[in-house]
Amino acid sequence: MPRNNAATAAPLLEVEDLACWFDISPPLMERMLEGKPRQILKAVDGVSFSVARGTTLSIVGESGCGKSTIARLLVGLHKPTRGSIRFSQGAHGALRVQMIFQDPYASLNPRWRVGDIVAEPIRTLKLRPDEAATRRRVDELLSLVGLSPADGRKYPHEFSGGQRQRISIARALATEAEFLVCDEPTSALDVSVQAQILNLMRDLQRKFGLTYVFISHNLSVVRHMSERVAVMYLGRLVEEAAAETLFADPRHPYTRLLLDTIPDLEAPNRHRQPMGGEVPSPIAPPPGCTFHPRCPLVREACRKGRPDLRLMPDGARLACIATQEAEARLAVPA
Amino acid sequence: MEVDAMTAPPTPAATPPARPGLLARLADSDLCWSLHRSPLALAAGLVLILVSLAALFAPLLATQNPYDLAQLDLTNAELPPMWLEDGQAAYALGSDNQGRDVYSAILYGSRISLVIGAATVALSLAIGLIVGLSAGYSGGWVDNLLMRIGDTLLSIPTILVAILVTAVFRQLLPPGLREAFSAIILVVAISMTNWVQYARTVRASTLVERRKEYVQAARLIGVRPLRIMIGHILPNPLTPVLVTATLNLGLAILIEATLSFLGIGMPPTEPSLGTLIRIGNQYLFSGQWWVVVFPAAYLSLIVLAVNLLGDWLRDALNPKLR
Repeated sequence: MPRNNAATAAPLLEVEDLACWFDISPPLMERMLEGKPRQILKAVDGVSFSVARGTTLSIVGESGCGKSTIARLLVGLHKPTRGSIRFSQGAHGALRVQMIFQDPYASLNPRWRVGDIVAEPIRTLKLRPDEAATRRRVDELLSLVGLSPADGRKYPHEFSGGQRQRISIARALATEAEFLVCDEPTSALDVSVQAQILNLMRDLQRKFGLTYVFISHNLSVVRHMSERVAVMYLGRLVEEAAAETLFADPRHPYTRLLLDTIPDLEAPNRHRQPMGGEVPSPIAPPPGCTFHPRCPLVREACRKGRPDLRLMPDGARLACIATQEAEARLAVPA
Repeated sequence: MEVDAMTAPPTPAATPPARPGLLARLADSDLCWSLHRSPLALAAGLVLILVSLAALFAPLLATQNPYDLAQLDLTNAELPPMWLEDGQAAYALGSDNQGRDVYSAILYGSRISLVIGAATVALSLAIGLIVGLSAGYSGGWVDNLLMRIGDTLLSIPTILVAILVTAVFRQLLPPGLREAFSAIILVVAISMTNWVQYARTVRASTLVERRKEYVQAARLIGVRPLRIMIGHILPNPLTPVLVTATLNLGLAILIEATLSFLGIGMPPTEPSLGTLIRIGNQYLFSGQWWVVVFPAAYLSLIVLAVNLLGDWLRDALNPKLR
């Protein structure tokens, strides 16, 4: 499997200092009468990354860390409060971006036949000259995702979750999209079906040179899917590295905690550090490094200053004061 | 269909099986099945069909044209129904003080009542769908503005709004046109408050559907908002809206009758059922009960049939009651 280096290939997507804040203040009357303050939820607060063409960047983190918000920002369902999202040119003018949704039961209109669902983008974007060509294209797409052309005449409720996710993928491909944002596409599926969908997505990526941003809370899913992995905590990236590096040598204490929670077939009874504490509220995040209340390496500096995401010598990026200090100490005598 | 898909050769060009005609599919539908099991709804539907046919063919069924003053003869005024003493066969349900045949007047009057009722439902449905869809889909201040307008209209009794609208229109129109436009004025006046109910139903459903992922997927594909509203969102509230529309038909006919009874609806030269009741009301105490009782009974029959049919439709379309 070719692993493109993000540094050499021109990135398909460049995101800089992206932020999305939601105003969740109580209504104006309540604020005036009861003196309640404005409340801002910083769902995403200053995130930068880039994705090379034909590769997958996975964004992982616990629920509520802002990863789904990033997905929706990328496809334009939310407006960014700050920062920029830049796509390079696609094969047919502007790059076509599509999204695979988390819930395969809500993402297909239950009143439409599957054939019409898959044909909708073709008809809307006028990608085929006539109805016969559209029908042929729909049949082709359905076969491509492992369904039969005859399935086009059925309704979504006649399919299982995994098959519905295949229909979603067919619909996304119908737009001739080159960039897919997948928001936890397998989290609603059985484990056995998850692997099938992931393999299908991998195959399609290889066949059409697709680029994915893959959102997940499940590190073991991410491992087989991605070239690079970004770990997110409370609206910010804490570590971003090539997949092998991240899994072989996790540096941020939060990444280590996440990796520790993956069950291991080789060592089922290994000593595991239980994940301490809850995710703090993103409305009132702790001062300094937001991870410090749960961090085993916490020191005084972590409570005061927020660590920057720094580029490490091996191309990884890391936001942890303790680890950065330790690595700097090790580097000096060498 | 599933079996067909399995056994059919894998050529995509295979023609789909011929679908039965619309009537055959309608006769086989759940709705039709449910109608067969509800004799009351069946009777109500039958009554409505008969009433509509009678209204449609009123010129053929009536013994005289009550609008044509030349056909009226004052010597035949205030005749009782034919089965009473002094009754004449030509005036089956009696006649009023101008020699107008009550039976013919009812047929022609039901025409006006039904047309105004149906037009009111159509107009308020159109306004309600447009307002509800745009309020629910755009949200924000558009939603607030439209819904507050609706709330304001609902806070005033329907009759009062209708009286206000009628009064305003009558002042605006030159005297010669007032009578000619009275039907249109009535339709607008009654629709003024009726649309709010549809708008609320559609808006509530739109708010829910708009957030669903399949609508967002359509937005991402680049489907225009109008197409999303019509193709994806509108089919959802259509069932409750259909039921409301049926029940409101009865209501609209009643409001029209009330307004006409109060003297601000249809003029006596073009009497609707309400106008007939108003005219007949003046003779009730002098013994000519037939002038008011028959139009009133016919009005009740129509409204009752519409309401029974609406109630049945609500239950028949509710999947939880199947």
